[in-house]
Amino acid sequence: MSFSVTEPSKRQKWFAGIVVVCYTLITLMPLVWIITTGFKSSPDSIAYPPKVVFTPTVEGYVNLFTTQTRMSPGVITEPRDHLPWYEQIVRKKGNTIVGPSRFSERFFNSVIIGFGSTFFAIVLGTTAAYAFSRFRVPLKDDLLFFILSTRMMPPIAVAIPIFLMFRNLGLNDTHAGMILLYTTVNLSLAVWLINGFIDEIPIEYEEAALIDGYTRFQAFYKVVLPQAATGIASTAIFCLIFAWNEYAFAVLLTSGTAQTAPPFIPTIIGVAGQDWPAVAAGATLFLLPVMVFTIILRRHLLRGITFGAVRK
Amino acid sequence: MAQIKVKNLRKEFGSFTAVESSTFTIEDGEFFMLLGPSGCGKTTTLRMMAGLELPTSGEIHIDGEDVSNKRASERDIAFVFQMFALYPHMSVGKNMSYPLLSQGMPRAQAREKVLEVARILGIEHSLKKPVRGLSGGDRQRVALGRAIVREPKAFFMDEPLGALDAEFREHMATELRALHDRIGATTVYVTHDQMEAMQMGDKIVVMNHGVIEQFGDPQQIYDWPATKFVGEFIGSPAMNFLDFHGSVARGSTSVLLGDCEMSIPESLDEYSGAVTLGVRPEHIHFSDHSSYRGEAIAVEYLGTTQIITIQTPHGIIKARVSSEVAVNSGETLGLTFDARTLSLFERTSGRALLSETNKAVIGNG
Repeated sequence: MSFSVTEPSKRQKWFAGIVVVCYTLITLMPLVWIITTGFKSSPDSIAYPPKVVFTPTVEGYVNLFTTQTRMSPGVITEPRDHLPWYEQIVRKKGNTIVGPSRFSERFFNSVIIGFGSTFFAIVLGTTAAYAFSRFRVPLKDDLLFFILSTRMMPPIAVAIPIFLMFRNLGLNDTHAGMILLYTTVNLSLAVWLINGFIDEIPIEYEEAALIDGYTRFQAFYKVVLPQAATGIASTAIFCLIFAWNEYAFAVLLTSGTAQTAPPFIPTIIGVAGQDWPAVAAGATLFLLPVMVFTIILRRHLLRGITFGAVRK
Repeated sequence: MAQIKVKNLRKEFGSFTAVESSTFTIEDGEFFMLLGPSGCGKTTTLRMMAGLELPTSGEIHIDGEDVSNKRASERDIAFVFQMFALYPHMSVGKNMSYPLLSQGMPRAQAREKVLEVARILGIEHSLKKPVRGLSGGDRQRVALGRAIVREPKAFFMDEPLGALDAEFREHMATELRALHDRIGATTVYVTHDQMEAMQMGDKIVVMNHGVIEQFGDPQQIYDWPATKFVGEFIGSPAMNFLDFHGSVARGSTSVLLGDCEMSIPESLDEYSGAVTLGVRPEHIHFSDHSSYRGEAIAVEYLGTTQIITIQTPHGIIKARVSSEVAVNSGETLGLTFDARTLSLFERTSGRALLSETNKAVIGNG
């Protein structure tokens, strides 16, 4: 058996493995809770002790997407089997569907505002970071510090001025306003992270491209961007997660047309008693886009986070 | 293929002057060395010639055309970087065809051209490989290939062998020189390694602190350094320096070193004050008849020759003599110098005094 100073022993590996598994279980618990609750019936969802084995139902999802009203018994005239499956589910409780709920609309708002603000934060952040990294910008260090300083307080600390500004500018409850706001908040993070990634790329690559006959922009586009892709992807994930989950500003600045999902989901609770399965269903669906986005970019993410930690 | 002229080239970075005022001409097809210690301004000079840095003042002419303020892409030159700067996200072939495609060459033609150059360099089997897995030498060849493929007016190389292993460096240096002889393109090569410069260069410019100390072919520079710095920088071991106070008259053929009279080449300068006598290690001989004496304090055996370190009344010097000469540490030796090969320097300015023997090399400077 070979002996090595850096290679961990078998026992250490086992121990590390157990720690990882425990940690994973702890992190996954709430997630499992939310996903299972979404498929429980109302009584099952509040049963004590909590039911691990239960009959799954999509009742929560139907409640989430529909607006229902209570029927007087006499109204039931049609034979049941002609009704669509979702109507049958609500009929069991003595309700009927009168229309779609606002959820899909709010969800769509979240997608537009989340991805839109991420897009702008990344485009502006990348170009700004490139300039900071490569050009002689007057007062560069002060500017970078100023950009970072916008992160030194919680964004919500400036809620009132922003609220007043938005009201005067007519940006209250608009998609453009929310995209602008989230872009602004995310921009400092984007500039700083991407600046670090671009700093790591030797300038010789661009110089080689310049000599090979490309313009500065082509050199940026064809040589720098592909190499910074990893960093940009991980930055994009951070930006999206912030914009997607943001709650306080969304509550304050949106109410109707531009309301995102986070302030909407809690309102489900109050509609007809405490409908936990519907809330859990909303939360589950809300998790999906970020999950998909992260899985698509995960190859970049891991490298991105550890990038630059070791000097080559 | 082009002649390159540099006139009064100057570069300042803020209050720091990287290049004082350089003037030299590189002839068509020459392998030209910019040599000097780090921070001497050689790389800055090269980067200005390539268009990666704009000069503060002065002119650069490539092939008779003033390119001083033109963009790098408009100068029709190729640059080989110390770290190679191969695009890491592209294969070998793509790296090499990149400069061709930028000029709008059709893909098929570019592929053919790349293959042709790859054959010259012996990397035709690696064209599809990513550059990541390549060895240092192959990376170097790809970087050269990317430069050659475009048939530029001139090649600029910034310490291209600096990143290679010592043993491989020698091999690549030979390969590079052979390649140059085959293609015959004007090449400007920056290095801090005097051996490399002597080995490969047709002409050498020695720079220090942003100033050109000397310009000439390797042998001229080695034999007749224009300044004390050049004598010290070129050669291994370096030129020996013996400091003394004395005076040299025009036409005199000897100086007084302590009590000993030393023959020197006939002087064409006159100077009196602090002087330094410069002598190459291989021009020191041992003779019991000499009244100039020193004590051997160390002996390094190098095969056919040996380096003897000697304590003299004017400081420590190193002599290179045949290994057949028996010398023991602690022995007192009588020393003679080859009169014909000596140089005298003004100690304060470091300038070499003009003599009958070095006037052909440094006479007009």
